Amino acid sequence: MDSAIQIHVNGQARTWRSDTTVADLLHDLDIKTERVAVELNLEILDRATFDQRLLKDGDRLEILGFIGGGSL
Amino acid sequence: MADDRLIIAGREFKSRLWVGTGKYKDFVETQKAIEASGADVVTVAVRRVNITDRSKENLLDYIDPKKYTILPNTAGCYSVEDAVRYSRLARAAGVSDLVKLEVLGDERTLFPDTAGLIEAAKILVKEGFIVLPYTNDDPIVAQKLVDVGCPAVMPLAAPIGSGLGIRNPYNLKIIMEMIKVPIIVDAGVGTASDAAFAMELGADAVLMNTAIAGAQDPLAMAEAMKYAVHAGRLAYKAGRIPRKLYATASSPIEGML
Repeated sequence: MDSAIQIHVNGQARTWRSDTTVADLLHDLDIKTERVAVELNLEILDRATFDQRLLKDGDRLEILGFIGGGSL
Repeated sequence: MADDRLIIAGREFKSRLWVGTGKYKDFVETQKAIEASGADVVTVAVRRVNITDRSKENLLDYIDPKKYTILPNTAGCYSVEDAVRYSRLARAAGVSDLVKLEVLGDERTLFPDTAGLIEAAKILVKEGFIVLPYTNDDPIVAQKLVDVGCPAVMPLAAPIGSGLGIRNPYNLKIIMEMIKVPIIVDAGVGTASDAAFAMELGADAVLMNTAIAGAQDPLAMAEAMKYAVHAGRLAYKAGRIPRKLYATASSPIEGML
């Protein structure tokens, strides 16, 4: 069995299997890839590369989308 | 006035009322209020997706990006770095190159940090963004924003969510006369007459959120705002009479007994 990796997703510590791509992670979290932005270790990823970017131990991901708001 | 369209950076907008999507009871109310307002531009914020509770619905399931122009904002950003980061994330989330740029200077007033705003605008324009900056009612700052490449400027009427209305009509009027790009009065509107007043001054559009979402009956207020913006625009185009201190009779003297 593949070894596990420790990652941070939206500030939360998570354990995932080691051969996970960004696309796999989004799929596992039940998040549709359209209309979200993913930042991996402060690098904003091109949506087209989600299925090529393998996650590694210690990675920090931010997954963002649109919510209601005018000004704050 | 069917052909009275607002054009910004080559894009045409039907509605001169733009609305925010915050503070509503739920997505259904958001959707209905936006529909009642007739707005075709809606602003949204960029935030972390909830990864623990995926049952939560998405705003864009209710606000169809094919039907509306989605205008992501950088609400809540207090530094140039954050505002630029959120803008890039908004673009990566795939709606458009448009961004309503906010760089806030202070939590109590939510007034913009205009020095930071100009700096952030400069960076984003170079990256190809269509930057619509939320700014103070300062004509010099407005001109600087145009100089760095903003195709429209959005001066405030009053602090965000304050409902104080047009606090400084004279400054706004100077901005409208001096600045050669569309002016969208953003923030501070409280009721329909405020929106009409902004349009009568010559604003190209008005953007609001709290005035509608926070009203006792948001749907009715959304409709009121639609008519107010339309009426104000018509009055501006029609050209008001000059103010005079004394009366001018509107009935002829001739034929009187």
